[in-house]
Amino acid sequence: MTGQPLLSVRGLRKRFGGLIATDGVDLDVRTGEIHALIGPNGAGKTTLITQLFGELSHDEGAILLEGEEIGALPTPQRVARGLARTFQINQLLPDFTMLDNVALAVQAHQGHSFRFFAAARRDEALRGRARQHLATAGLSHRAEVRVADLSHGEQKQLEFAIALACEPRLLLLDEPMAGLGHAESEQMVAMLSALKGRVTMLLVEHDMDAVFALADRISVLVYGRVIATGTADEIRDNPEVRTAYLGEGDA
Amino acid sequence: MTLVFEQLLNGLQFGVMLFLLAAGLTLIFGIMGVINLAHGSLYMVGAYAAAFAAAQTGSFLLAVLAGLTAAALIGMAMELLVLRRLYARDHLDQVLATFALILIFNQSVTILFGRQPLFVSVPPALNGSVQLLPGLSYPVYRLAIIAVGLLVALGLYLLINRTRIGMLVRAGATHREMVRALGVDIRLLYTAVFGLGALLAGLAGLMAGPILAVQVGMGEQILIMTFVVVVIGGVGSIRGAFFGALIVGLVDTCLRAFMPGLLRHVMTGSEADALGAGIASMGIYLLMAIVLLVRPKGLFPAHV
Amino acid sequence: MSDDAITRTHPAGPALGRMIALLALAVALIALPFVVQALGQPALVPLATRVLIYAIAAASLNLALGFGGMVSFGHAAFFGIGGYVVGILYRTYVDDALFLGFILGTDQLLITLPAAILVGGLAAYIIGALSLRTSGVQFIMITLAFAQMLFFLFVSLKAYGGDDGLTIRRRNALFELNTRDDTTFYFICLVIAALVFLVLWRIVGSRFGMVLAGIRQNERRMAAIGIAPYRYKLAAFVISGMGAGLAGALMANYLRFVSPDMLHWTKSGELMIMVILGGVGTLLGPLLGAAALVILETVLTGWTEHWQLVLGPVLLIVVLFTHGGLNGLISRLGPGRSAS
Repeated sequence: MTGQPLLSVRGLRKRFGGLIATDGVDLDVRTGEIHALIGPNGAGKTTLITQLFGELSHDEGAILLEGEEIGALPTPQRVARGLARTFQINQLLPDFTMLDNVALAVQAHQGHSFRFFAAARRDEALRGRARQHLATAGLSHRAEVRVADLSHGEQKQLEFAIALACEPRLLLLDEPMAGLGHAESEQMVAMLSALKGRVTMLLVEHDMDAVFALADRISVLVYGRVIATGTADEIRDNPEVRTAYLGEGDA
Repeated sequence: MTLVFEQLLNGLQFGVMLFLLAAGLTLIFGIMGVINLAHGSLYMVGAYAAAFAAAQTGSFLLAVLAGLTAAALIGMAMELLVLRRLYARDHLDQVLATFALILIFNQSVTILFGRQPLFVSVPPALNGSVQLLPGLSYPVYRLAIIAVGLLVALGLYLLINRTRIGMLVRAGATHREMVRALGVDIRLLYTAVFGLGALLAGLAGLMAGPILAVQVGMGEQILIMTFVVVVIGGVGSIRGAFFGALIVGLVDTCLRAFMPGLLRHVMTGSEADALGAGIASMGIYLLMAIVLLVRPKGLFPAHV
Repeated sequence: MSDDAITRTHPAGPALGRMIALLALAVALIALPFVVQALGQPALVPLATRVLIYAIAAASLNLALGFGGMVSFGHAAFFGIGGYVVGILYRTYVDDALFLGFILGTDQLLITLPAAILVGGLAAYIIGALSLRTSGVQFIMITLAFAQMLFFLFVSLKAYGGDDGLTIRRRNALFELNTRDDTTFYFICLVIAALVFLVLWRIVGSRFGMVLAGIRQNERRMAAIGIAPYRYKLAAFVISGMGAGLAGALMANYLRFVSPDMLHWTKSGELMIMVILGGVGTLLGPLLGAAALVILETVLTGWTEHWQLVLGPVLLIVVLFTHGGLNGLISRLGPGRSAS
């Protein structure tokens, strides 16, 4: 492939006291691809996502988005440059309806919110767009339900719809299938593959069927290090990966 | 020079009093996650119980016992009846419920003891002054307060860092579930910690009796300064409470003592006194503002 | 929390019942002076005025506290500052002097009220900018401490009465109205209160209000959709301080007196009590809460000087055992409304 990658991580390191959570990670995510990040529990996948998104500061290394160093920026500014993420443990606004949650993300994407007078809930520019995103995520019928009253699976899908409403160039997905039933998982896989090519994705996921079905390339993270990157076949055949990960896993 | 030294001692004495309150407040917050406005009420309870016992029996020792017992018992009762229900609530509920407790305590004390301040005499054994430096004699009682305060600080340090209870307390703050899994009755631990905090507040109150007027409202006055101590020192940190208290005690005392004098060089006497007093009473709050600008988490933030 | 009758979350549905209730409230408030005159209880008019003024202060606090989740224990500072703006401008006017050497005094309500709003907002900006660097329990302690600092500042201002406060011989003038007259002053306060509630209602439903409510619910989520919470919280805190300043200016006019008592920390506590009595984060809750507290105080002080011994347990029970305060209670008891 030619051209520079959309996201490029170089020598990223993070320590918690004596524990090294991220140990010199190098990673490239190319424009348009779904790049899966797999690894055993405790490998530091969520910690890595959290650093890429700026919620946790790293100790060393560089994070480049289309060549621009974003490693020092606070989260909202990374979002403004085209990053969005979903959370493994849902981070939603529980008193609001689904539609409110998505509309707020649409609103944030449109610029500052220092508008004090017009009723935001009657603003079609927000609500209409939000409904489209809910439809994409297959949630239209539940738009007016309060988040606190939603099932876990629906909340998970809402996480996804909110991330879409940020209209990201790079979407960081932290275990979007975790806790979903079989049917819901399949629905999520279908949604992600429908989106493929339009939004670049870094996908952290334990569901190997989903990973092998979706990912263009896979990176394997073990003890805070990327030990291999390649296509699904390359990863399957990599002996190091087999011993470090797949061998101990559910293979 | 002796004047400066005397004021430094006064500041130290005020500082250790603040520490006794701040230690309990910060411990309770650090471990139970509760903000307790009624902590100042326990200080008042200690002062009133001691003043009452002293007036009835004439014995300083009994007064001390009465002050400590009353504060600790009422503190633990408070935890059992009210605070325990607030651990899982948000700070707003905690603030309002403990504010309600302040109203109840203050009105009850007013009914029992009236609005007139009580005055307590210094115990005979600690009466008089000692010559510390040529030209500087200093009241024994105030020296005793400093000594008690420093001893308590040392005791707390040992308790928290060297004992099993201290270990539980430290673990209880960060790993509630783990402590519970060890089979420790966490409710009992909380009540005990609360009792300890109340005991320290009562100790400060009963020691304050002979040097300040014992009156309704004394608790809140010092409580707000204790908040300043906790914010400057870092919420949840005993070490922060100690150094924060000394800093606040010294700064406050020295500003009150020297500010009017300094201003008198540039303006007339009465204006200088008024302005000086104003600046002095605002001083520690400005200090807090500066600390917030430089170190929003306080000077000695509690390590997680 | 649950959906309350007059709620922060509820979308469309311009429930007819709610419109009728609001209309009834408006009619009752307008008719009140005439009704109590007819009943031979004219002393109730000043009482109702006090309720309205506190309702403005509590509703303003509620924007920060209930809608924004910022537990400010220092709002008496802005309330008191508003009062002192009226007091100092009046004193300067009477003395025919200049405040700080360049500000003319005045006794015109149309100038003093905006001035109080401005100064209250400025103070809230400074205190908020510092305090919002922290959160949670530190925020509570810091707002309380800064309010205490301003309390001491006014105590030490001997030129403006110090401890004893400042008497304002006549209420500020407004056009040709007789502001001294209790009914006239009541209506002035009613109009202002209505405007304040209208503005707050619009703010809460606006884009800004949505962001504020989002920040209260989950700051991490807000950052993840690209919103930096600090500026929005500070803006809400400033608006809230402006409202409290306005209420303080009205209170100084009402009492024709201002003293450091207006900034006392217990006053901050009272404002918070009004908010929680009425129902945190509901629009009209603070009005209910202010009425409840003022009436409770008036009735109880008729019986005993130790009325706070009753208030304490009442507050304790409300905090420990009810959710959503009076407003929540009413909406739960009300017909056809489930406490979802």
